[in-house]
Amino acid sequence: MGCNCGCVCVDANAEKLSEVIEKYKNTEGALIPVLHEAQEIYGYLPLSVQKAVAEGLDISLAEVYGVVTFYTQFSLNPKGKYKIQVCLGTACYVKGAGDIYDKLKAALNLNDGDCTEDGLFSVEACRCIGACGLAPVIMVNDDVFGRLTVDDIDGIIKQYKDKEIE
Amino acid sequence: MQIYRSHILVCGGTGCTASKSLEIISELESHINANSLQNEVKVVKTGCFGLCEKGPILVIYPEGATYVTVAPSDVKEIVEEHLVKGRIVKRLLPKDAKLAEVVTSLDKVDFFARQMRIALRNCGVINPEVIDEYIACDGYKALGKVLTEMKPADVIAEIKKSGLRGRGGGGFPTGVKWELASKPVADQKYVCCNADEGDPGAFMDRSVLEGDPHSVIEAMAIAGYAIGASQGYIYIRAEYPIAVERLQIAIKQAKEYGLLGKNIFDSDFSFDLELRLGAGAFVCGEETALMTSIEGKRGEPRPRPPFPANEGLWRKPTVLNNVETYANIPSIINNGADWFASIGTEKSKGTKVFAIGGKINNTGLVEIPMGTTLREVVYDIGGGIPNGKKFKAAQTGGPSGGCIPAQLIDTPIDYDTLIQLGSMMGSGGLIVMDEDNCMVDIAKFFLEFTVDESCGKCPPCRIGTKRMYEILERITEGKGEESDIEKLEILAKNIKASALCGLGQTAPNPILSTLKYFRDEYDAHIKDKKCPAGVCKSLLKFVIDADKCKGCSLCQRKCPTNAISGEIKKPYVIDQDKCIKCGACMDACKFKAIEKKA
Ligand SMILES: Cc1cc2nc3c(=O)[nH]c(=O)nc-3n(C[C@H](O)[C@H](O)[C@H](O)COP(=O)(O)O)c2cc1C
Ligand code: FES
Repeated sequence: MGCNCGCVCVDANAEKLSEVIEKYKNTEGALIPVLHEAQEIYGYLPLSVQKAVAEGLDISLAEVYGVVTFYTQFSLNPKGKYKIQVCLGTACYVKGAGDIYDKLKAALNLNDGDCTEDGLFSVEACRCIGACGLAPVIMVNDDVFGRLTVDDIDGIIKQYKDKEIE
Repeated sequence: MQIYRSHILVCGGTGCTASKSLEIISELESHINANSLQNEVKVVKTGCFGLCEKGPILVIYPEGATYVTVAPSDVKEIVEEHLVKGRIVKRLLPKDAKLAEVVTSLDKVDFFARQMRIALRNCGVINPEVIDEYIACDGYKALGKVLTEMKPADVIAEIKKSGLRGRGGGGFPTGVKWELASKPVADQKYVCCNADEGDPGAFMDRSVLEGDPHSVIEAMAIAGYAIGASQGYIYIRAEYPIAVERLQIAIKQAKEYGLLGKNIFDSDFSFDLELRLGAGAFVCGEETALMTSIEGKRGEPRPRPPFPANEGLWRKPTVLNNVETYANIPSIINNGADWFASIGTEKSKGTKVFAIGGKINNTGLVEIPMGTTLREVVYDIGGGIPNGKKFKAAQTGGPSGGCIPAQLIDTPIDYDTLIQLGSMMGSGGLIVMDEDNCMVDIAKFFLEFTVDESCGKCPPCRIGTKRMYEILERITEGKGEESDIEKLEILAKNIKASALCGLGQTAPNPILSTLKYFRDEYDAHIKDKKCPAGVCKSLLKFVIDADKCKGCSLCQRKCPTNAISGEIKKPYVIDQDKCIKCGACMDACKFKAIEKKA
């Protein structure tokens, strides 16, 4: 975590995190809600954040790490600026989501969970986002693209790359 | 309260939101204002209507005119024609598949005509973000009746008499579960709601929570009264942001109205609710794992006994029910157990919501009386299979379930018939497959899911499912041996008998049921090294159709292994020994000259 640009963003985040910890301190079963909010703040959960959570809630780092690695939503690595999630739920799978997933990875030269070198895109598989009527479906951050074919992929990637150039 | 001459209901469920229904709402509002109709016409954002295939959907009352696949650009015409001039916009009406003519109202479409809505009674009817609309539809009447006229034991007796069984998968009688939890004496008890909806490809619970969150809240309070609990938790997937938001709004409103909190309806009964978000672990749908997760730990299941009715959340007596189970409760209290028990089959009462998806014309959400046949669901409600393909099988029960093959399509759907066929009701996902789906591949898909989601606590599930997956992988790659089937069967039997929780115990089901009904496909993969459906890549041959090939050489340049050769402007050929079947050539070819052959 942290950057070398000399800005104060790191501290602002740390402050937000301690507010979150304070809010949940006396709630039973606080760890998971705290981790959810910490991930909102930092985008992922690096060791330093896990340590802060462990200290704040007065539990062992091992317990925090155990929980973080158990649940797929918690990530130890940063995600791309555009996080692409490919639905591999059953409804999407029977309609060819596997090919879409392969195509995306090939087009961006990635493995599951990785991030492109420029930090723009990450691709991961997910399970049913509840838009099965539009299968096969992918989500780029909060935008849903449905009724896809392999041929649509390049266009979608381009659309986000163009956004960057603008 | 202001009276409007027209109400426009717009679906705000996840599916329709993904296809821009929120944009449609804001377009509607701006055109309504532009025509100074804001005091005559009201736009209401509702939950899912069910016909997701045709979304976004918009219904205008009092006419009941239903517009389907509406785009933001259609809104101007709808406002100017329908609302200003009173002329229905015919081109946006749904077409009845059989009559091939337009119908105005949704209940005339086959898709709705055969349904019976109890759990979904308010979905697509009320605005889920306004508690008054729920109350206007008899909302919180059941809670009032329970608290003022019934003793806890009466409530339990009524639910038992109704014959309601759990909609989360197992089908355990709900009344009996409540009775068990009402018995122990404890300083604190809990009521939990399972909104983890793990079955990939199913979205019934999400739709109930998005379309009618108060029905679940009301039912949980009723359960709390019945067993003597004052605190409830709703455990919901974090992947459902819209449902989470609507629940938060609903809980807040219920508290403001005194329908949650202290001394509800001036009785001695107090009940409070909290939301807990899941974090993407399928096993947390299992009841004991869910409770461990609410406690803030790794969501690993616990051995049972002790059962949650005695030692559940924080070791206190706990009732856990599924979203849809709860959504039925207010109607049972209001209309009586006998009414509910008159619907359905002998041992499965009431209705069941299914999310139909896959190779079917009308993807969406349907609620049907128990005992409806699969044929009615697929053909009459679902509108059949697209592109004139043949129905091969329907999968129910997700990764714990199995498939129902074409020859058994007249099976009435209820808990017991599905178990007999080697599948299970599950939470309501129903995926239709056609001749292009390979059943070995589908079994592999589900096993990959279980391997991924196994929590790792017990070896039969952690290691056993992995071994089964490896065998399936071998078979689909053309490296299967004849002894593999026997190995799968032995593994399946042992895993079923020894796994700690339902996840492992049911993991072999997709394999066992495809083996039972589609043994010939396994044999084709193993003996003939062929995939009849043309899905398993390693067993396919990529060939260039000499008539279609223009000799542009693009495929040759794309091929990573130099397996393609030829001369410009003459048909190219693929060397099958070098080909690694990546499909890059097929994607690249602009003339669709490359084909996959089994
Ligand atoms: C691996 C596994 C996953 C499950 N997932 C869900 C789920 O997503 N939603 C659900 O309601 N029940 C799920 N169940 C069933 C629950 O354990 C429990 O039986 C159910 O929520 C009880 O509610 P009901 O009696 O109202 O059905 C799952 C069970 C297992 C073994
Ligand atoms: S299976 Fe992909 S959205 Fe449901």
